Amino acid sequence: MAQHQVNYLKDGGLPVALTTIDKVVNWGRSNSLWALTYGLACCGIEMMASGASRYDFDRFGTIFRASPRQAELMVVAGTLTKKHAEFIRRLYDQMTEPKWVISMGSCANTGGMFNTYATVQGVDRVIPVDLYLPGCAPRPETLQYGVMLLQQKIRRESASRAQKPKRLM
Amino acid sequence: MRAYTPKDNVQKKPYYTDRYWVAPQVAKHEVSSDAVFARDLEAISAKFTVLEAYIQVDQMVVIINAEDNFGVIELMKNSLEYNQLSELSAIDWLAAEGKFEIFYQMLSMSKRKRVRIKCKIDEKESIQSVEKLFRSADWSEREMYDMFGIVINNHPFMKRILMPDDWEGFPLRKTYPLQGDEFASWYEVDKIFGKEAREIIGPENRDPARVDRYDTERFARLGHEVPRGADISQGEPDTPLVYQESEGVFLIEKFDAEKSVVISDRDR
Repeated sequence: MAQHQVNYLKDGGLPVALTTIDKVVNWGRSNSLWALTYGLACCGIEMMASGASRYDFDRFGTIFRASPRQAELMVVAGTLTKKHAEFIRRLYDQMTEPKWVISMGSCANTGGMFNTYATVQGVDRVIPVDLYLPGCAPRPETLQYGVMLLQQKIRRESASRAQKPKRLM
Repeated sequence: MRAYTPKDNVQKKPYYTDRYWVAPQVAKHEVSSDAVFARDLEAISAKFTVLEAYIQVDQMVVIINAEDNFGVIELMKNSLEYNQLSELSAIDWLAAEGKFEIFYQMLSMSKRKRVRIKCKIDEKESIQSVEKLFRSADWSEREMYDMFGIVINNHPFMKRILMPDDWEGFPLRKTYPLQGDEFASWYEVDKIFGKEAREIIGPENRDPARVDRYDTERFARLGHEVPRGADISQGEPDTPLVYQESEGVFLIEKFDAEKSVVISDRDR
Protein backbone atom coordinates (compact mmCIF):
# COMPACT_ATOMS: atom_id res chain seq x y z
CA MET A 1 0.00 0.00 0.00
CA ALA A 2 1.51 3.27 -1.04
CA GLN A 3 2.07 5.74 1.71
CA HIS A 4 2.14 8.78 -0.56
CA GLN A 5 -0.11 11.68 -0.03
CA VAL A 6 -0.80 13.46 -3.31
CA ASN A 7 -0.91 17.23 -3.02
CA TYR A 8 -3.03 18.22 -5.97
CA LEU A 9 -1.96 21.89 -5.84
CA LYS A 10 1.74 21.07 -6.17
CA ASP A 11 3.35 18.90 -8.75
CA GLY A 12 5.03 16.83 -6.02
CA GLY A 13 7.75 15.69 -8.37
CA LEU A 14 5.27 14.40 -10.91
CA PRO A 15 5.78 15.54 -14.52
CA VAL A 16 2.72 17.80 -14.36
CA ALA A 17 2.46 21.53 -14.91
CA LEU A 18 -0.71 23.38 -14.09
CA THR A 19 -1.59 26.35 -16.20
CA THR A 20 -4.44 27.96 -18.10
CA ILE A 21 -5.47 27.48 -21.68
CA ASP A 22 -4.80 31.18 -22.32
CA LYS A 23 -1.22 30.85 -21.18
CA VAL A 24 -0.51 27.73 -23.20
CA VAL A 25 -2.07 29.07 -26.38
CA ASN A 26 -0.41 32.44 -26.03
CA TRP A 27 2.89 30.78 -25.25
CA GLY A 28 2.57 28.90 -28.51
CA ARG A 29 1.46 31.88 -30.49
CA SER A 30 4.06 34.27 -29.17
CA ASN A 31 6.91 31.84 -29.73
CA SER A 32 6.04 30.79 -33.24
CA LEU A 33 5.39 34.09 -34.94
CA TRP A 34 5.75 33.20 -38.57
CA ALA A 35 6.37 36.36 -40.50
CA LEU A 36 5.50 37.11 -44.08
CA THR A 37 8.50 37.85 -46.29
CA TYR A 38 7.63 41.41 -47.03
CA GLY A 39 10.62 43.59 -47.73
CA LEU A 40 9.48 46.59 -49.75
CA ALA A 41 12.62 48.72 -49.68
CA CYS A 42 15.87 49.19 -47.76
CA CYS A 43 14.22 48.18 -44.45
CA GLY A 44 13.87 44.78 -46.05
CA ILE A 45 17.66 44.45 -45.94
CA GLU A 46 17.61 45.03 -42.18
CA MET A 47 14.76 42.55 -41.87
CA MET A 48 16.80 39.96 -43.79
CA ALA A 49 19.77 40.68 -41.52
CA SER A 50 17.52 40.07 -38.50
CA GLY A 51 16.58 36.72 -39.93
CA ALA A 52 20.14 35.72 -40.82
CA SER A 53 22.72 34.06 -38.64
CA ARG A 54 24.14 37.02 -36.72
CA TYR A 55 20.82 38.17 -35.24
CA ASP A 56 18.95 34.91 -35.87
CA PHE A 57 15.21 35.36 -35.65
CA ASP A 58 14.75 31.59 -35.46
CA ARG A 59 15.61 31.83 -31.76
CA PHE A 60 12.30 33.65 -31.27
CA GLY A 61 10.44 31.19 -33.42
CA THR A 62 10.06 33.90 -36.04
CA ILE A 63 10.47 32.13 -39.33
CA PHE A 64 9.87 33.95 -42.59
CA ARG A 65 7.27 32.39 -44.80
CA ALA A 66 6.73 33.16 -48.46
CA SER A 67 2.97 32.64 -48.34
CA PRO A 68 0.46 34.82 -46.48
CA ARG A 69 -1.57 31.73 -45.65
CA GLN A 70 1.26 30.37 -43.52
CA ALA A 71 2.07 33.69 -41.89
CA GLU A 72 0.56 35.51 -38.93
CA LEU A 73 2.94 38.45 -38.69
CA MET A 74 3.42 41.01 -41.40
CA VAL A 75 6.52 43.16 -41.04
CA VAL A 76 5.94 46.00 -43.48
CA ALA A 77 9.57 46.78 -44.17
CA GLY A 78 9.84 49.72 -46.50
CA THR A 79 8.05 52.33 -48.55
CA LEU A 80 4.50 51.52 -49.50
CA THR A 81 3.59 53.09 -52.81
CA LYS A 82 0.02 53.88 -53.77
CA LYS A 83 0.26 51.44 -56.63
CA HIS A 84 1.11 48.67 -54.20
CA ALA A 85 -1.46 49.60 -51.51
CA GLU A 86 -4.21 47.32 -52.83
CA PHE A 87 -1.85 44.34 -52.87
CA ILE A 88 -0.72 44.81 -49.27
CA ARG A 89 -4.37 44.88 -48.27
CA ARG A 90 -5.07 41.74 -50.27
CA LEU A 91 -2.12 39.91 -48.69
CA TYR A 92 -3.19 41.06 -45.24
CA ASP A 93 -6.68 39.72 -45.86
CA GLN A 94 -5.23 36.38 -46.93
CA MET A 95 -3.30 35.91 -43.69
CA THR A 96 -4.89 33.57 -41.17
CA GLU A 97 -6.34 34.91 -37.93
CA PRO A 98 -4.99 35.84 -35.48
CA LYS A 99 -2.60 38.18 -37.27
CA TRP A 100 -0.37 41.07 -36.32
CA VAL A 101 1.38 43.84 -38.22
CA ILE A 102 4.65 45.58 -37.44
CA SER A 103 5.21 48.79 -39.36
CA MET A 104 8.97 48.99 -39.74
CA GLY A 105 10.75 52.26 -40.40
CA SER A 106 9.76 55.83 -41.12
CA CYS A 107 8.36 55.16 -44.58
CA ALA A 108 5.93 52.54 -43.37
CA ASN A 109 5.01 54.61 -40.31
CA THR A 110 4.29 57.95 -41.93
CA GLY A 111 5.56 57.96 -45.48
CA GLY A 112 8.85 59.27 -44.13
CA MET A 113 10.98 61.29 -46.48
CA PHE A 114 8.70 60.44 -49.40
CA ASN A 115 6.24 63.26 -48.92
CA THR A 116 5.08 62.82 -52.51
CA TYR A 117 2.07 61.96 -54.61
CA ALA A 118 3.03 58.32 -55.07
CA THR A 119 3.61 57.18 -51.47
CA VAL A 120 1.02 56.06 -48.94
CA GLN A 121 1.48 58.30 -45.91
CA GLY A 122 1.65 55.49 -43.39
CA VAL A 123 0.51 51.88 -43.83
CA ASP A 124 -2.10 52.43 -41.11
CA ARG A 125 -4.19 54.08 -43.81
CA VAL A 126 -4.59 50.65 -45.37
CA ILE A 127 -4.08 47.95 -42.72
CA PRO A 128 -4.30 48.06 -38.89
CA VAL A 129 -0.87 48.23 -37.27
CA ASP A 130 0.11 46.76 -33.88
CA LEU A 131 3.58 48.16 -33.51
CA TYR A 132 5.42 51.08 -35.07
CA LEU A 133 9.20 50.86 -35.20
CA PRO A 134 11.01 54.17 -35.59
CA GLY A 135 14.19 54.47 -37.59
CA CYS A 136 15.46 54.88 -41.10
CA ALA A 137 16.19 52.07 -41.36
CA PRO A 138 15.77 50.49 -37.90
CA ARG A 139 18.70 48.26 -36.99
CA PRO A 140 18.06 44.53 -36.55
CA GLU A 141 18.20 45.05 -32.78
CA THR A 142 15.22 47.38 -33.06
CA LEU A 143 13.24 44.80 -34.99
CA GLN A 144 14.18 42.15 -32.46
CA TYR A 145 13.03 44.40 -29.64
CA GLY A 146 9.85 45.09 -31.59
CA VAL A 147 9.13 41.40 -32.01
CA MET A 148 9.72 40.87 -28.29
CA LEU A 149 7.31 43.69 -27.47
CA LEU A 150 4.78 42.10 -29.80
CA GLN A 151 5.26 38.79 -28.01
CA GLN A 152 4.48 40.54 -24.74
CA LYS A 153 1.40 42.02 -26.30
CA ILE A 154 0.25 38.63 -27.53
CA ARG A 155 0.74 37.10 -24.07
CA ARG A 156 -1.40 39.84 -22.56
CA GLU A 157 -4.28 39.09 -24.89
CA SER A 158 -6.95 36.54 -24.21
CA ALA A 159 -6.50 33.52 -26.42
CA SER A 160 -9.90 31.93 -26.10
CA ARG A 161 -11.98 34.63 -27.73
CA ALA A 162 -11.72 35.77 -31.28
CA GLN A 163 -9.51 38.78 -31.72
CA LYS A 164 -11.17 42.08 -31.20
CA PRO A 165 -11.60 43.92 -34.46
CA LYS A 166 -8.78 46.42 -34.74
CA ARG A 167 -9.24 50.04 -35.56
CA LEU A 168 -7.98 50.76 -39.04
CA MET A 169 -6.08 53.80 -37.82
CA MET B 1 25.41 84.60 -56.82
CA ARG B 2 21.86 85.59 -57.55
CA ALA B 3 20.29 88.05 -55.12
CA TYR B 4 17.83 86.67 -52.61
CA THR B 5 14.17 87.04 -53.52
CA PRO B 6 11.50 86.36 -50.92
CA LYS B 7 9.54 83.22 -51.75
CA ASP B 8 6.63 83.61 -49.33
CA ASN B 9 4.58 85.80 -51.62
CA VAL B 10 5.66 85.30 -55.16
CA GLN B 11 2.66 87.19 -56.51
CA LYS B 12 3.86 90.41 -54.92
CA LYS B 13 5.94 92.44 -57.26
CA PRO B 14 9.44 92.75 -55.90
CA TYR B 15 10.68 96.29 -55.44
CA TYR B 16 14.00 95.32 -56.97
CA THR B 17 14.50 93.32 -60.13
CA ASP B 18 17.93 92.18 -61.09
CA ARG B 19 17.54 93.33 -64.65
CA TYR B 20 21.17 92.81 -65.52
CA TRP B 21 21.41 89.28 -64.24
CA VAL B 22 21.78 86.78 -67.02
CA ALA B 23 21.35 83.09 -66.45
CA PRO B 24 24.68 81.39 -67.12
CA GLN B 25 24.66 79.42 -70.35
CA VAL B 26 26.92 76.63 -71.39
CA ALA B 27 28.93 77.92 -74.33
CA LYS B 28 27.66 76.94 -77.77
CA HIS B 29 30.08 76.39 -80.63
CA GLU B 30 29.66 76.26 -84.37
CA VAL B 31 29.12 72.79 -85.80
CA SER B 32 31.84 73.52 -88.40
CA SER B 33 34.42 73.44 -85.58
CA ASP B 34 34.18 69.63 -85.54
CA ALA B 35 34.72 67.79 -88.80
CA VAL B 36 32.79 64.62 -87.82
CA PHE B 37 29.77 66.56 -86.63
CA ALA B 38 29.88 68.85 -89.66
CA ARG B 39 29.60 65.85 -91.99
CA ASP B 40 26.76 64.37 -89.93
CA LEU B 41 24.86 67.62 -89.93
CA GLU B 42 25.32 67.93 -93.68
CA ALA B 43 23.81 64.49 -94.17
CA ILE B 44 20.83 65.36 -91.95
CA SER B 45 20.16 68.75 -93.49
CA ALA B 46 20.33 67.31 -97.01
CA LYS B 47 17.13 65.36 -96.31
CA PHE B 48 15.38 67.16 -93.45
CA THR B 49 14.82 70.68 -92.18
CA VAL B 50 17.27 71.57 -89.43
CA LEU B 51 15.98 74.49 -87.37
CA GLU B 52 19.13 74.96 -85.33
CA ALA B 53 22.38 73.10 -84.68
CA TYR B 54 25.31 73.75 -82.37
CA ILE B 55 27.93 71.98 -80.30
CA GLN B 56 27.59 72.10 -76.53
CA VAL B 57 29.96 70.26 -74.15
CA ASP B 58 31.38 68.26 -77.08
CA GLN B 59 27.93 67.08 -78.11
CA MET B 60 26.06 68.17 -81.20
CA VAL B 61 22.51 69.37 -80.60
CA VAL B 62 20.23 69.29 -83.64
CA ILE B 63 16.78 70.83 -83.44
CA ILE B 64 14.35 69.46 -86.00
CA ASN B 65 10.65 69.49 -86.76
CA ALA B 66 8.67 66.99 -84.69
CA GLU B 67 7.24 65.19 -87.74
CA ASP B 68 10.77 64.33 -88.95
CA ASN B 69 11.80 62.53 -85.78
CA PHE B 70 11.48 58.99 -87.14
CA GLY B 71 13.24 59.86 -90.40
CA VAL B 72 16.14 61.64 -88.74
CA ILE B 73 16.76 58.87 -86.22
CA GLU B 74 16.49 56.25 -88.97
CA LEU B 75 19.11 58.16 -90.96
CA MET B 76 21.32 58.51 -87.88
CA LYS B 77 21.11 54.80 -87.19
CA ASN B 78 21.45 53.37 -90.69
CA SER B 79 23.77 55.83 -92.42
CA LEU B 80 25.61 57.77 -89.73
CA GLU B 81 26.55 54.90 -87.38
CA TYR B 82 24.75 56.24 -84.33
CA ASN B 83 23.92 52.78 -83.07
CA GLN B 84 22.59 53.50 -79.59
CA LEU B 85 19.66 55.50 -78.29
CA SER B 86 20.76 56.01 -74.73
CA GLU B 87 18.07 58.35 -73.48
CA LEU B 88 14.71 59.71 -74.55
CA SER B 89 12.38 61.94 -72.62
CA ALA B 90 10.53 65.22 -72.59
CA ILE B 91 10.75 68.58 -70.86
CA ASP B 92 7.67 70.50 -69.83
CA TRP B 93 7.75 74.02 -71.31
CA LEU B 94 3.94 74.37 -71.21
CA ALA B 95 3.96 77.42 -68.96
CA ALA B 96 6.59 79.28 -70.95
CA GLU B 97 5.63 78.47 -74.53
CA GLY B 98 2.83 75.88 -74.43
CA LYS B 99 5.04 73.13 -75.78
CA PHE B 100 6.84 69.95 -74.78
CA GLU B 101 10.45 69.54 -75.78
CA ILE B 102 11.36 65.97 -76.68
CA PHE B 103 14.98 64.92 -76.86
CA TYR B 104 16.70 61.81 -78.17
CA GLN B 105 20.21 61.22 -76.88
CA MET B 106 22.23 59.13 -79.32
CA LEU B 107 25.67 57.56 -79.16
CA SER B 108 27.96 56.32 -81.88
CA MET B 109 30.32 53.66 -80.58
CA SER B 110 32.47 53.73 -83.72
CA LYS B 111 32.79 57.51 -83.95
CA ARG B 112 32.82 57.99 -80.16
CA LYS B 113 30.41 60.90 -80.50
CA ARG B 114 27.13 61.83 -78.90
CA VAL B 115 24.32 63.72 -80.59
CA ARG B 116 21.12 65.08 -79.11
CA ILE B 117 18.08 65.40 -81.40
CA LYS B 118 15.47 67.81 -80.11
CA CYS B 119 12.00 68.71 -81.28
CA LYS B 120 8.98 70.50 -79.86
CA ILE B 121 5.33 69.53 -79.89
CA ASP B 122 2.14 71.15 -78.65
CA GLU B 123 0.32 69.80 -75.61
CA LYS B 124 -2.33 67.98 -77.65
CA GLU B 125 0.01 66.81 -80.40
CA SER B 126 1.33 63.27 -80.61
CA ILE B 127 4.67 62.02 -81.86
CA GLN B 128 5.85 59.07 -83.90
CA SER B 129 7.34 56.13 -82.03
CA VAL B 130 10.96 55.19 -82.70
CA GLU B 131 10.54 51.80 -81.06
CA LYS B 132 10.90 50.12 -84.49
CA LEU B 133 14.47 51.46 -84.66
CA PHE B 134 15.59 51.13 -81.05
CA ARG B 135 14.03 48.75 -78.56
CA SER B 136 15.25 51.01 -75.76
CA ALA B 137 12.65 53.52 -76.86
CA ASP B 138 9.85 51.17 -75.81
CA TRP B 139 9.91 51.83 -72.08
CA SER B 140 11.20 55.39 -72.45
CA GLU B 141 8.22 56.32 -74.58
CA ARG B 142 5.85 54.62 -72.18
CA GLU B 143 7.42 56.59 -69.35
CA MET B 144 7.08 59.77 -71.38
CA TYR B 145 3.39 59.02 -71.81
CA ASP B 146 3.02 58.11 -68.15
CA MET B 147 4.76 61.17 -66.78
CA PHE B 148 3.83 63.87 -69.31
CA GLY B 149 0.76 62.56 -71.13
CA ILE B 150 2.43 62.72 -74.53
CA VAL B 151 0.68 60.24 -76.80
CA ILE B 152 3.01 58.16 -78.99
CA ASN B 153 1.79 56.94 -82.37
CA ASN B 154 2.51 53.36 -83.53
CA HIS B 155 3.80 52.27 -80.16
CA PRO B 156 3.26 48.51 -79.63
CA PHE B 157 2.06 48.76 -76.02
CA MET B 158 0.95 52.26 -75.11
CA LYS B 159 0.27 51.89 -71.41
CA ARG B 160 1.41 53.54 -68.22
CA ILE B 161 4.68 52.09 -66.95
CA LEU B 162 5.23 53.50 -63.45
CA MET B 163 1.90 54.74 -62.16
CA PRO B 164 -1.12 52.44 -61.81
CA ASP B 165 -3.28 52.05 -64.91
CA ASP B 166 -6.24 53.86 -63.36
CA TRP B 167 -4.18 56.86 -62.30
CA GLU B 168 -5.37 60.32 -63.26
CA GLY B 169 -2.94 63.09 -64.10
CA PHE B 170 0.63 63.21 -65.30
CA PRO B 171 3.03 63.65 -62.40
CA LEU B 172 6.04 65.17 -64.12
CA ARG B 173 4.16 68.12 -65.55
CA LYS B 174 5.03 71.38 -63.84
CA THR B 175 1.36 71.94 -63.02
CA TYR B 176 1.13 68.67 -61.05
CA PRO B 177 1.53 69.30 -57.30
CA LEU B 178 4.38 67.38 -55.68
CA GLN B 179 2.17 66.06 -52.88
CA GLY B 180 -0.52 65.01 -55.29
CA ASP B 181 -3.90 66.36 -56.28
CA GLU B 182 -7.29 65.41 -54.87
CA PHE B 183 -7.34 62.15 -56.81
CA ALA B 184 -3.87 61.12 -55.68
CA SER B 185 -4.42 61.89 -52.02
CA TRP B 186 -7.43 59.57 -51.79
CA TYR B 187 -6.26 56.98 -54.31
CA GLU B 188 -5.58 54.04 -51.98
CA VAL B 189 -8.62 54.75 -49.79
CA ASP B 190 -10.98 54.99 -52.76
CA LYS B 191 -9.57 51.89 -54.37
CA ILE B 192 -9.52 49.61 -51.32
CA PHE B 193 -12.36 50.80 -49.11
CA GLY B 194 -14.45 52.96 -51.39
CA LYS B 195 -15.24 56.66 -51.28
CA GLU B 196 -17.50 56.31 -48.24
CA ALA B 197 -14.46 55.37 -46.11
CA ARG B 198 -12.88 58.78 -46.64
CA GLU B 199 -14.54 60.21 -43.56
CA ILE B 200 -13.43 57.34 -41.34
CA ILE B 201 -9.83 57.29 -42.46
CA GLY B 202 -9.41 61.02 -42.80
CA PRO B 203 -7.06 63.09 -44.91
CA GLU B 204 -3.36 62.36 -45.24
CA ASN B 205 -1.02 63.94 -42.75
CA ARG B 206 1.42 65.81 -44.92
CA ASP B 207 3.44 67.35 -42.11
CA PRO B 208 6.28 64.89 -41.59
CA ALA B 209 7.39 66.61 -38.38
CA ARG B 210 3.98 66.47 -36.69
CA VAL B 211 4.24 64.88 -33.27
CA ASP B 212 1.34 65.26 -30.87
CA ARG B 213 2.80 64.65 -27.44
CA TYR B 214 -0.57 63.91 -25.84
CA ASP B 215 -1.96 61.72 -28.62
CA THR B 216 -1.53 58.20 -27.28
CA GLU B 217 -3.48 56.70 -30.16
CA ARG B 218 -0.69 57.28 -32.62
CA PHE B 219 2.40 58.34 -30.72
CA ALA B 220 4.45 56.76 -27.98
CA ARG B 221 7.70 57.92 -26.53
CA LEU B 222 10.27 55.23 -25.96
CA GLY B 223 10.61 54.61 -22.24
CA HIS B 224 7.23 56.20 -21.58
CA GLU B 225 4.91 53.69 -23.17
CA VAL B 226 1.35 53.80 -21.89
CA PRO B 227 -1.72 51.87 -23.04
CA ARG B 228 -3.26 53.20 -26.22
CA GLY B 229 -5.78 55.89 -25.60
CA ALA B 230 -4.56 56.67 -22.09
CA ASP B 231 -4.83 60.28 -20.93
CA ILE B 232 -1.32 61.59 -20.33
CA SER B 233 -2.07 65.28 -20.17
CA GLN B 234 -1.02 65.17 -16.49
CA GLY B 235 2.27 63.46 -17.32
CA GLU B 236 3.05 59.82 -17.88
CA PRO B 237 4.92 57.35 -15.65
CA ASP B 238 8.38 56.12 -16.48
CA THR B 239 8.36 52.65 -17.97
CA PRO B 240 11.63 50.84 -17.34
CA LEU B 241 13.01 48.84 -20.23
CA VAL B 242 11.96 45.22 -19.79
CA TYR B 243 12.50 42.38 -22.18
CA GLN B 244 10.17 39.88 -20.57
CA GLU B 245 7.32 40.03 -18.11
CA SER B 246 8.66 40.40 -14.57
CA GLU B 247 7.01 37.28 -13.19
CA GLY B 248 8.42 35.24 -16.03
CA VAL B 249 6.80 33.50 -18.95
CA PHE B 250 5.29 30.04 -19.03
CA LEU B 251 7.91 27.40 -19.85
CA ILE B 252 10.56 30.02 -20.55
CA GLU B 253 13.34 30.44 -18.06
CA LYS B 254 15.05 33.73 -17.52
CA PHE B 255 18.73 33.78 -18.12
CA ASP B 256 20.56 33.91 -14.78
CA ALA B 257 24.12 35.17 -15.03
CA GLU B 258 24.93 33.70 -11.60
CA LYS B 259 24.16 30.16 -12.68
CA SER B 260 25.86 30.38 -16.04
CA VAL B 261 29.20 28.74 -16.67
CA VAL B 262 31.90 30.62 -18.48
CA ILE B 263 34.12 28.33 -20.47
CA SER B 264 37.66 29.50 -19.91
CA ASP B 265 39.33 26.47 -21.44
CA ARG B 266 38.46 26.86 -25.10
CA ASP B 267 40.31 23.71 -26.15
CA ARG B 268 38.07 21.55 -24.03
